[in-house]
Amino acid sequence: MSVSLVGAQVAEKINSKMAGVAIDFNETEVWVEPQNLVRVGKFLRDDEEIDLQMLNSISAVDYVEYFELVYHFRSLRRNSTFVLKARCYGREDLKVPSLVGVWLGADLQEREIWDLMGIKFTDHPNLKRILLWEGFPGHPLRKDFIR
Amino acid sequence: MPIKTEPVTINLGPQHPSTHGVFRLRVTFDGEMVLDAEPIVGYLHRGTEKLAEERNYVQIVTLTDRLDYVSAMTNNLAYVRTVERLGNIDVPERAKYLRVISAELNRIASHLIATGFLLDELGAFHTPLVYCFREREHILEMFEMLCGARITVSYMRPGGVLQDAPEDFWPRLDDFVKTMPSYIDELEGLITENEIVLARTRDVGIITAEQAIAGSITGPVLRSTGVQWDLRKAEPHEVYDRVDFDIPIGSVGDTYDRYLVRVLEMRQSVRIIKQCVEQIAPGPVRTAGPFVIRPPVGDAYDCTESPKGELGFYIVSDGGISPYRMHIRAPSFINLTLLREMLVGWKIADLVVIFGSIDIVLGEVDR
Repeated sequence: MSVSLVGAQVAEKINSKMAGVAIDFNETEVWVEPQNLVRVGKFLRDDEEIDLQMLNSISAVDYVEYFELVYHFRSLRRNSTFVLKARCYGREDLKVPSLVGVWLGADLQEREIWDLMGIKFTDHPNLKRILLWEGFPGHPLRKDFIR
Repeated sequence: MPIKTEPVTINLGPQHPSTHGVFRLRVTFDGEMVLDAEPIVGYLHRGTEKLAEERNYVQIVTLTDRLDYVSAMTNNLAYVRTVERLGNIDVPERAKYLRVISAELNRIASHLIATGFLLDELGAFHTPLVYCFREREHILEMFEMLCGARITVSYMRPGGVLQDAPEDFWPRLDDFVKTMPSYIDELEGLITENEIVLARTRDVGIITAEQAIAGSITGPVLRSTGVQWDLRKAEPHEVYDRVDFDIPIGSVGDTYDRYLVRVLEMRQSVRIIKQCVEQIAPGPVRTAGPFVIRPPVGDAYDCTESPKGELGFYIVSDGGISPYRMHIRAPSFINLTLLREMLVGWKIADLVVIFGSIDIVLGEVDR
């Protein structure tokens, strides 16, 4: 049975390498600031004990006061899962560093989030809309999207 | 004097018989050689995730049927499991067995389609495809017995399944389990050591295990690279820990391995069904609960091994009757990440075959 990594332990490990980067945690999740995502991602992938080889899924949720990015990771070698979350405040001109350089699997998923949720990923090699066409007004999965 | 050539960019699709739906591939060719390829999707986008925000948790089951429409049972399963995790809903034992039986039947149906269309794309027009459809028809008829629908089944519910299987379902299933292995032998006899198939698929469109893992590839495409990873073993849900089965893997990660893994998986699915039929005991098939489910505030992610890969649902509840947000981790969509790496350097005829061997369903890609 796959185990989910303990949030407190991962947060401690992150903070021992990069002080103050893990800002919050619960049993299975850790929160970081969006600007630290690439640093934390590289650490999670390359650390021998954490060893998260696969970026499983990226979701974005619009909580109106902020957007939350939810990264689900998986280690196939250790059969473990982990959830990383990052909150970005504001509604216009949101920018989050792209994880394509760390996990190629982020490519299409980040394009989908830009398309439907309107969060821009800096350093993404090909950030275009993917499901809707260029010029579509607005980002439909936002809570304030009016049909 | 050498003949002067220049790269040409053309669109393959969105209305092209080899694209498995409305899918456009913008390809740059040098003569017949693929220099660059970019998938352009979205023609079937129906906004499933947005629609889910305005439906209650039981109604959403019907939306999930329409994601991967050749494998609606596994879509149902992934969705209801996430709702059960979110709302702490128990599932009766008999329902778990019925779920596994129907999901494995659907896996066979989906792999039959994948194999049949792959042969179609290799130029073996329609005869193998109709062979595959003939067996799939038995499965669809059994689904009709279970729930009245053949494709968009909506058979599962949070807390169980819609209804128990009728009496005449079981002899039909026994019959299927008995005849299916010999049918797979027949199919394999036609394809597996066929010289033309081997010449066209062996060492074509190779991806390595490292590439596949970095690209979030799951399902038969990942297993074809030699990675023994199957969520039914890694995270045994329902009754997968009580049945005995193997995970077939490939060796090189080429088109042929992707075909072979699917055929071997069909045999394993038959094995699983056989054991489930032996183990299933009478009992209730659905937990009594409120008509409208209101899960507590929170979020949950759960996933199952669908025929295409890891199908996951991430649902955020605000305590209301419908999800605050539902995100679908669609394996068909994410398996397209490495499409360019697979196609570049191959010829146009290989492009069609490599693309077919990934086995995507546009309903799931575009959602």
